[in-house]
Amino acid sequence: MSSRHFQWLKASLFLLCLGPLASLIYGVLTDSLGANPIEALTRGLGDWALRFLLITLAVTPLRRLAGLDWLLRLRRMLGLFAFFYACLHFTSYLWLDQFFDWAEIGKDIVKRPFISIGFASFLLLIPLAITSNNAMIRRLGGRRWRQLHRVVYAIAMFAVLHYWWMVKQDITQPVLYAVALAGLLGVRLYWAIPRAGAVREM
Amino acid sequence: MLIQHPADIRPSEITPAEVYRGRREFIRAAGGLALAAGLGARVGEVAAAKLTGSRPGPFGTREEMTPWKDVTGYNNFYEFGSDKEDPARHAGSLRPRPWTVRVEGLVRRPGDYDIDTLLGLAPLEDRIYRMRCVEGWSMVIPWVGYPLDALIRRVEPLGSARYLEFTTLNDRAQMPGLRYPLLDWPYTEGLRLDEARHPLTLLAVGLYGETLPNQNGAPVRIVVPWKYGFKSAKSIVSIRFVEKQPLSAWMKAAPREYGFYSNVNPEVDHARWSQAKERRIGEFFKRKTLMYNGYGEQVARMYSNLDLRRYF
Repeated sequence: MSSRHFQWLKASLFLLCLGPLASLIYGVLTDSLGANPIEALTRGLGDWALRFLLITLAVTPLRRLAGLDWLLRLRRMLGLFAFFYACLHFTSYLWLDQFFDWAEIGKDIVKRPFISIGFASFLLLIPLAITSNNAMIRRLGGRRWRQLHRVVYAIAMFAVLHYWWMVKQDITQPVLYAVALAGLLGVRLYWAIPRAGAVREM
Repeated sequence: MLIQHPADIRPSEITPAEVYRGRREFIRAAGGLALAAGLGARVGEVAAAKLTGSRPGPFGTREEMTPWKDVTGYNNFYEFGSDKEDPARHAGSLRPRPWTVRVEGLVRRPGDYDIDTLLGLAPLEDRIYRMRCVEGWSMVIPWVGYPLDALIRRVEPLGSARYLEFTTLNDRAQMPGLRYPLLDWPYTEGLRLDEARHPLTLLAVGLYGETLPNQNGAPVRIVVPWKYGFKSAKSIVSIRFVEKQPLSAWMKAAPREYGFYSNVNPEVDHARWSQAKERRIGEFFKRKTLMYNGYGEQVARMYSNLDLRRYF
């Protein structure tokens, strides 16, 4: 793909990634998020944080299976969108849901496992977001940078658990996310296992 | 050039809400009648009929009522799906007539009560109650019904009867959500006899002056306003008087999270979230949850000897 084409693709993808936010804002402005708009907004933002995490984790397997090397150059943006939606999700919880009732928020984080693990997941995203530019990669060195960014596997697992432990009874949705994540992590494990046959094939 | 806009609509030209609703009522009733005539169906099958002759009952709150569209569009009724919007979407398949409620167990006069018989058993009252869901939101709902005690007195419980068990309809043809094993169907709930006989406890047949919409538990349900919403069983087909405390569907599903009493209590958190506050549907700020949902004056004495942390 030419670099001009790639720039166009990246710009379009950027706008596309803002689509869920635009649709939620539209929902707020037109009062079409249902009877409990604050809950709908907070959950909608959380859904998209989790989806962008999984999309980001899909880049490497897709690249390898489909041979689309240029995908790798979109990964940083996708990961940052996961962080972006996670920030909005967290802000929506602090501001709209709890209205900065720090005592309640503190209790939530300490006493309620689904919030503790969601919070941990969010905190762990911060160093990854900070070290996502070229200067930081150079400073850390590729090897250490890769090691640090493997934390994303834990973040994604925590995020799925956060959802799973939150739902009251119907766990269909969290199970679907868990299966997708298991697939994305499983394929990495599979590739990481050294195989006797692999040497001969090479 | 100045373009003259026509004057805004004068207030006198706006149709008052009562008239507008009345018009819809008329159209709906007319449609229902036409349908009934065409299909040879009973007039009773009109989707929502006006309940006439109800009079204001006691214990009413003067808080602002939750709009009809939210009361009927944001529901937990897993028999029609687990999303809040599912019941409004899928409850059309419920046939609230004909309908029979079986009253059985430890009573002198057990029997099957046709919905029309039930409707005429006692004078209908309007009761505007707060409703607090265990999930942390609340509404103010104008129910129509009468005290459940009116029915209980009629069937004469035996001295050994200490609890009531309510069972919701369990028919896959009418309730698509029953295909999924979210709960151990049928949905059951229970009350202690004194709770069931409490003047606040309603046998509800309507809301906002009309028969219950299907998604709100048509044609007949229980309303216990000082307990979390799930205690108020919807679309009930049986009331059984028993000696031992019954096991409710939610107690079976998650015994650590849902106890038999489930009285609204800001001091005792749900196993996974706080119950200190609630969001009233339609409001931005959360409000503090009240002990017994604000009905402590009426009900607290029933629990004076109960450890509310243990019997949550």
